Amino acid sequence: MTVVQQPNSFRTGPDERGHFGIYGGRFVAETLMPLILELEKAYAEAKADPAFKKEMDGHLKNYVGRPSPLCLAERLTKHFGGAKIYFKREDLNHTGAHKVNNVLGQIMLARRMGKPRVIAETGAGMHGVATATMCAKFGLECIVFMGALDVARQQPNVLRMQALGAQVRPVESGAKTLKDAMNEALRDWVTNVSNTFYCIGTVAGPHPYPMMVRDFQCIIGEETRAQMQEAEGRLPDSLIACIGGGSNAMGLFHPFLDDRGVDIYGVEAAGHGLKKKHAASVAGGRPGVLHGNRTYLLMKDDGQIEEAHSISAGLDYPGIGPEHAWLADLGRVKFLSATDKEALAAFQLCSRLEGIIPALEPCHALARLGDIAPSKPADHLLVVNLSGRGDKDLDSVAKHLGDKGLGGKL
Amino acid sequence: MTTRIDQRFADLKREGRAALVTYTMAGDPDTRTSLEILKALPKAGADVIELGMPFTDPMADGPAIQAGGLRALNAGQTMIKTLGMVRAFRKGDSATPIVLMGYYNPIYIYGVMKFLADAKAAGVDGLIVVDLPPEEDEELCIPALKAGLNFIRLATPTTDDRRLPAVLANTSGFVYYVSITGITGSAAPDADKVHAAVTRIKRHTRLPVAVGFGVRTAKQARAIAQGAEGVAVGSALVNAVKDSLDRKGKATARTVKAVAVLVAELARGVRGAKHKSP
Ligand SMILES: Cc1ncc(COP(=O)(O)O)c(C=O)c1O
Repeated sequence: MTVVQQPNSFRTGPDERGHFGIYGGRFVAETLMPLILELEKAYAEAKADPAFKKEMDGHLKNYVGRPSPLCLAERLTKHFGGAKIYFKREDLNHTGAHKVNNVLGQIMLARRMGKPRVIAETGAGMHGVATATMCAKFGLECIVFMGALDVARQQPNVLRMQALGAQVRPVESGAKTLKDAMNEALRDWVTNVSNTFYCIGTVAGPHPYPMMVRDFQCIIGEETRAQMQEAEGRLPDSLIACIGGGSNAMGLFHPFLDDRGVDIYGVEAAGHGLKKKHAASVAGGRPGVLHGNRTYLLMKDDGQIEEAHSISAGLDYPGIGPEHAWLADLGRVKFLSATDKEALAAFQLCSRLEGIIPALEPCHALARLGDIAPSKPADHLLVVNLSGRGDKDLDSVAKHLGDKGLGGKL
Repeated sequence: MTTRIDQRFADLKREGRAALVTYTMAGDPDTRTSLEILKALPKAGADVIELGMPFTDPMADGPAIQAGGLRALNAGQTMIKTLGMVRAFRKGDSATPIVLMGYYNPIYIYGVMKFLADAKAAGVDGLIVVDLPPEEDEELCIPALKAGLNFIRLATPTTDDRRLPAVLANTSGFVYYVSITGITGSAAPDADKVHAAVTRIKRHTRLPVAVGFGVRTAKQARAIAQGAEGVAVGSALVNAVKDSLDRKGKATARTVKAVAVLVAELARGVRGAKHKSP
């Protein structure tokens, strides 16, 4: 990693051209550029408009069900015998994941901009479901691009999107996963730019998306601060979250970035292992340009993008949001990884010990608890972002567990 | 500084006709056949060559060029081989301009300065990089201009009069007008609308304007050529390659000829246009 000078604050980015250090930017076709500038302007205006915030807060409370609880994971805490483990319960949001926080903001923006048609890419389907939900609520047309492999492994979410009135378009190109869905969404956007709003599901893409999605997700960390203050009278000591593009992680991390005493861990998907097929772009990638931004990417020597692999469709992407890339270089966020197998074990452990069936994505964060929690004192406050619930994954987890099955011995 | 591109458009202006700009994917279906196609293009009537640099994630391209790029990559095409093709082509043709077209990442990873030096030395005349708008000019555009390469920018139906000056500011060689809001290989553009757009662009620049995206047939090429200095054809040629392959996707004796025949037909269309200089 490049050595970068430490800034006074980690929370001032990006600059007006969308850069976090060398990362970010606006690497898009000319057709999209005028719209991206228009979006940037519309977002700045909305952000400054108290009525926008007021409306958003209302929907977050009454429709999404926020604030989401911060709950003590008592049996897991006892199990590891170290740090006091808290869950930030994003799985309890309407639609079952953190994705809805961002989608609400973007759909309100789409309405402000007068765009009747919304497109989205989705991996695990949680972002697709959240987008379909908000489009149903506000009466917008919704088209979701989803890799054909993900359509197969996240069937429950495909059905949910269809029930909500969205059109799901399976994408057959490439590895038929999230990257390919994003390519196809961008192609649709180029074609239908005048009436279409592209609702990106993570802190990636061209500026202003990484900043805008982060801002909408920051409610996770802001609530966590207040809730921990109330529960323990102080800030947490460490935070941990899984990283696909990095939106649930950024939402939790960002409000704490300038609290230097708070240790922050992001967990990437190590798939079959870091020496084999995986989706850990910080661990196994280097800076490159894809999907509108410069960031860490998995690629071959000559700059062709590698297909990622993860058991978790939501983490199965060869890149990461640009702000995370910057924070990784600065060392402010420590990047770890967890394999498919470790995530599966965490899935079972969390379900059995806490009565919470987690999505496979946050299972990657849960999987690293065994390394971090035991060595910490009992008053070390550790927050895990439980970014989504695991109903969507039951079929595929059962398949992976094989003969032992979901009910087998741990 | 006059480049081969400037020279070619100046010559054609004297002849009173538009340029046929042909796109071919480097390495499709394999490097050797692709080089043969490249060499056959000028003889068949191509005036300017766009050589596609294959990329795994061509987000502004339709199915035809996506597939062509994957065929090239699966056959082992790399940037080094693509530049090697240009070098080989230049041994027999020192006049036909070659513009490399593609996406930024393979160039960025090759190393911008090294890429510019190697491309120039190989005989490349210009670059079209789809995902580098003027907002990112410092990345490649400005270094390319300094290295003596033309940087050809895409102007689109969404590029309004307010934005055009920024798009044209560092553009050289020619302006590539993308005739539709869409990806390559989409529906054919409406010639009247295109002419109006070209006229609009010409109010802002003295550079030649070539029109592309969606042009397939000689008839369409002729209609477009009546109001522009160039007509670009891509997906149709890449499809001609595809349709000539055997069941395993390998080149056949027909491959080079299939492209040449289509180019000759398109050239007749372009040359038959009554060119009213816009
Ligand atoms: C529950 C859940 N967590 C995490 C992710 C990963 O995305 P991100 O890194 O943007 O939070 C997804 C993506 O689909 C998800 O559904």
